Amino acid sequence: MAGTVLPFGPQHPVLPEPLHLNLTIEDEIVVAAMPAFGYVHRGLEKLADIRDFRQMIQVVERVCGICSMIHALTYCQGLEELLGVEPPRRARFLRVIWSELHRLHSHLLWLGLFADAMGFESLFMQLWKIRERIMDINEATAGNRVILSVNVIGGVRRDLDAGQTGWLLTELAEVEKGINALGRTILSDYTVQQRTRGKGVIGGRQALEFGCVGPMLRASGVSQDIRLLGYAAYGELDFAPVVEQDGDCHARCRVRFAELGQSIDLIRQALAKLPAGDLSVPVKGRPEGETVVRAEQPRGECLYYIKANGGRFLERLRIRTPTFANIPALTAMLPGLELADVPVVLLSIDPCISCTER
Amino acid sequence: MGFVARLIGKARRSSPWLLHFDCGSCNGCDIEILACLTPVYDLERFGVVNVGNPKHADILLVTGTVNQRNRQVLAVLFEQMAKPGVVVAIGACALSGGVFREAPNVLGGVDRVIPVDVYVPGCPARPEAIIDGVLLALEKFREKE
Repeated sequence: MAGTVLPFGPQHPVLPEPLHLNLTIEDEIVVAAMPAFGYVHRGLEKLADIRDFRQMIQVVERVCGICSMIHALTYCQGLEELLGVEPPRRARFLRVIWSELHRLHSHLLWLGLFADAMGFESLFMQLWKIRERIMDINEATAGNRVILSVNVIGGVRRDLDAGQTGWLLTELAEVEKGINALGRTILSDYTVQQRTRGKGVIGGRQALEFGCVGPMLRASGVSQDIRLLGYAAYGELDFAPVVEQDGDCHARCRVRFAELGQSIDLIRQALAKLPAGDLSVPVKGRPEGETVVRAEQPRGECLYYIKANGGRFLERLRIRTPTFANIPALTAMLPGLELADVPVVLLSIDPCISCTER
Repeated sequence: MGFVARLIGKARRSSPWLLHFDCGSCNGCDIEILACLTPVYDLERFGVVNVGNPKHADILLVTGTVNQRNRQVLAVLFEQMAKPGVVVAIGACALSGGVFREAPNVLGGVDRVIPVDVYVPGCPARPEAIIDGVLLALEKFREKE
């Protein structure tokens, strides 16, 4: 039985998306893992040739439906830099609020799918029940549940009124209560620990060498958070990256769980400081020059390279998404594991294949 | 129609099993499908069970655009489904290619590869619309029997 190659995916019960892994196994032990791609590739960056720079906002929002708002935010920040406009202060705070709502719903989604990968279905249902409150907030404040479409070049399109702010805070308190009630199960349940502790370990140095980003890197003891650059209004808010040392699946779970509380705290801070003022500034002219912008998505650092030549269309748009950076680490994390642990470790990097392949 | 065939038909309509395949979507529709199965929308009250094996599935939910690489996967999944299978295409991308219809690696909607019975529009489709689509699919079983 030396070196049987087992295809994992592209259609697999634990994966909501088509990721394909060629697992070389000996008995039940994985000896090598090689990811294969291309099932979700759309060639989205090339659309910049036929959609003008304003229409591209709608396209980049659909790079990934889970972190769509932050994709649009990154893109708009890049173009604002090229066009030399500064979004109003209120818009920057509103961007933080919607970014953190996205992080909340993404992390709850991930925790749920992670529980489902372990076979803990009731926890999955409970987490997704809490998540629906966030989706309700998204719908009430932006008009859409998933793709918010709130960003424009030069600011935001939607506003929060006083009634919505109060309601948002009560809903957040309910979400916090729900999360805290489940916290003990997620963090210290015996079964969860057995499935996650010591599985898929990657050290800080190795994670850096693989180029990992976001919660993956923070769970390995490296304090890296792009929000510390202070884009949007993050510079005026008080927070510190959540860092864990173990580098295993449980550490990644702890990081994301702690970030739920951090996001709720950031939304409260932003709402408390929310200044009055305009939502957007008028933008004239066409972009020229090139720039690189970064933002922290729920999965880690997202990088946009934008090159414009003063025309209606961008010359080049390049998107590097966090999962693209995290997937290579799988080749080091999976060997040595039992086959039954593969789904858990695979999900622990929070794979977003539509981001990766664009 | 014999007694056994009628019994199987009735059983299928009262508890259809779902298979979900993401065919190149942005995840927006996929997370809405999963939201349908969770307590707030709860598609399971219609007897629907989400399965991972195409051979167990009566309804195939497809989201996203078709490209050169995943068209074979989609065709194989459709072939392996229990007959008569019903295909529900969810979201603008699965209908026509949506916002990506002009992208270089996109062939278009799901109906370029397999026959589609129910079309659910939206970008992304709302959970209510997806539930409506699945209920329409149950009606389609009656026509196919």
